[in-house]
Amino acid sequence: MSLHRVFVEPWQSHAAHYWPICAMAMFVTVACALLGNYLVLRRISLVGDAISHSVLPGIAIAFIMTGSRTGTPMFIGALVAGVAATVFIELLHSRSRLKQDAAIGITFSTLFAIGVILISIHGAHTDLDLDCVLFGKMDFLSLKETVFWGLPGVTITMGVIAFCVGVLVILFYKELLVSCFDSALAASMGINPKLVHYLLMSVLSVVVVGAFTSVGAILVIAMLILPAATSCLLSERLWVMMLLSLLHAFLSSLAGVHLAVALQVPTAPACVVAGMAIFVIVWITSPRQGLISLWLRNPRPEASVEA
Amino acid sequence: MNVRSITPVLVLLLVCSVDAQAARIGELTENDPWQQVRRFFTFADPGLRIALAGALLFGAACGLLGSFIVVRKMALIGDAISHAVLPGVALGFLWSMDKDPLAILAGATAAGLIGSLVVELIQRTTKIKQDAALGIVLASFFAVGLCMMRMIQNTGAASRITGLKSYLFGDVAVLNRQDLVAIFVVVIVTIFLVILLYRPLLTIGFDREFARSTGLPVRWLDCLFQLFLAFCIVVALQAVGVVLVSALLITPAATAYLLVNRMHHMLWVAAVFGMVSAVIGVFCSFLGSNLPTGPFMVLGASSLFLLAYLFAPRHGRVTRWMYYRARRRNVSNENMLKSIYRIIEKGMAGKDGRAGVSMDLLAGERQVSTAELFGDLRRLRSLGVVEFVDGKGQVALTESGFRQARRVVRKHRLWELYLTNEADYASNHVHDDAEKIEHFLSEEKVAEIERQLDFPDVDPHGQPIPGRDRV
Repeated sequence: MSLHRVFVEPWQSHAAHYWPICAMAMFVTVACALLGNYLVLRRISLVGDAISHSVLPGIAIAFIMTGSRTGTPMFIGALVAGVAATVFIELLHSRSRLKQDAAIGITFSTLFAIGVILISIHGAHTDLDLDCVLFGKMDFLSLKETVFWGLPGVTITMGVIAFCVGVLVILFYKELLVSCFDSALAASMGINPKLVHYLLMSVLSVVVVGAFTSVGAILVIAMLILPAATSCLLSERLWVMMLLSLLHAFLSSLAGVHLAVALQVPTAPACVVAGMAIFVIVWITSPRQGLISLWLRNPRPEASVEA
Repeated sequence: MNVRSITPVLVLLLVCSVDAQAARIGELTENDPWQQVRRFFTFADPGLRIALAGALLFGAACGLLGSFIVVRKMALIGDAISHAVLPGVALGFLWSMDKDPLAILAGATAAGLIGSLVVELIQRTTKIKQDAALGIVLASFFAVGLCMMRMIQNTGAASRITGLKSYLFGDVAVLNRQDLVAIFVVVIVTIFLVILLYRPLLTIGFDREFARSTGLPVRWLDCLFQLFLAFCIVVALQAVGVVLVSALLITPAATAYLLVNRMHHMLWVAAVFGMVSAVIGVFCSFLGSNLPTGPFMVLGASSLFLLAYLFAPRHGRVTRWMYYRARRRNVSNENMLKSIYRIIEKGMAGKDGRAGVSMDLLAGERQVSTAELFGDLRRLRSLGVVEFVDGKGQVALTESGFRQARRVVRKHRLWELYLTNEADYASNHVHDDAEKIEHFLSEEKVAEIERQLDFPDVDPHGQPIPGRDRV
């Protein structure tokens, strides 16, 4: 099997087939990567996880009421569910003796369970089934009616969302940066950290629901965290991290689509696997924090502690 | 209550289901719901007996181990492990090419352990924090598992994959006797582990440094605990599903955490809540056809949690709200009685026998509108401490109302005197403090203060302190 046949031919012969899938994967990973940086830096990655699970009942209810997997009702449903999840988590851990981790666990599992039940009661013979929740249906994108540039409507929507996220991140770079690292300073500058938090969560809900039909509700968390985690191993400046996470997003989506073709597996998990591989490579080889450099500097950390 | 008292019940349930054939529960869904309910409670269905026994067993184990992870503030490690086992499940399936519980148990436990070790390794070697490390492991392992499951499907084992599918959202109906035996063994071992290692685990849970200083092998105990956590997650996996099994760990334990204060009570309460939630799940999915079990178990657990969150005796939201409301009422009632008493004392009340106080005067003293005042007074009348004097726009204290008013005034003035004499407060600064504390001083405390002040007659402002004998 020559390299040409493995790496080049699929792209030449089925370009029209893979173009929408590739574009979708890229839009999703880019939008997620941009937001993910803030989640990782603020140490609330798992709130992102909670939101990605919690939008499910919103999506399910909107789907049952309108019978379609796209459109405004879906976004509104998901937005409401996502913000509600954020509020519930706040309520549970500020108004009882529970800690944040338990509050997150209880909130998202409850909302997710409601979503799964709604879907399995109503969605058995429709587009929205439990497979979609798990894997997403990115592979079927090319079967859909194209709207623009050979892309179906869902992809265009996701592209617009990714673009908006990019614009928002650039416009509010300073505000987000400050409220990320020092909420007291942010408050003194007239930025309301609570408001920033809720807005971030709302944008996150929109991204999650835009990505839902393609990657499902569970794998989104990897696309949020992996790029940011990888880039924070390489740099300490936010804008460098942003650029690196974008690079991670591009690479993982391309490699993921390729992996999916090669192994005949769904695209969304394949993208995550590719992203994980990049993370592992960086984790091992990163010049300052990598395992190799760590080992070179200090071959036996335990021995040095005892000495 | 101890372990020995509940083990026979579990064994009994197990024995009941020994002759069972693994039939799908909920098969006869054309029956009306009532008949289905009757079938549930008569335990006539052999598949149902297996499902119930399994649910009770892993519900209890999840509650026990969940208590430890909730108090250790690592609730989401259960979530990470439960997602991370998926590649192990797929590998175990690949190894035996069948739904062999032993191979799957071994593969899944190994994958879960590797997952939790990777979380720890990421945290120790990089500056990535726990939340991101958990998220990375959770989603990456899960994605690998999904890919592997699809690859298994591609190899043509699709006919047997139906069993594998239940690992995602849970289907208690696929449990067979082999699974039940595996669950039984794991749960019994887990219970014994918790009993044997109760004290070390408790110490580690609350203070790791202290545990280390007493010479406990903290790392080994951690590993052992995580091993059993993984075991426990794996056995609950088929019935609850990868995605939601962590809820069965967290929610019953969190419910117990809201209700009790001591760890050994929490273990019991959590185990019972775990069992109840699991049985609720089995019941609901028995009523409907083809509904996944896991979500219903989670909803059962969440409803219990919601009840505890709202109505827990000490920490519940509604309970606290009612407590504060009662206290606010009490304070406002006592203040009203005090105002009436002061007006009577100043001699501004009517002269006829038991003094009636004019409402306008009272409204001025209390600085509220007449309408508000009237509402408050009506509440006091229903308590039997004041009565309205007919046709005069006046209000008078009853016998018991007068006693109560004297008691409050007495507390107020004694406290003022105490502050000026014993704590060197200026006499013009003591009123506000006394205004607050007069509602909370107990009778014994007041008597003690009075003794200490040598039974005084007047307060710092020269007003008489009502004596105890006359109260």
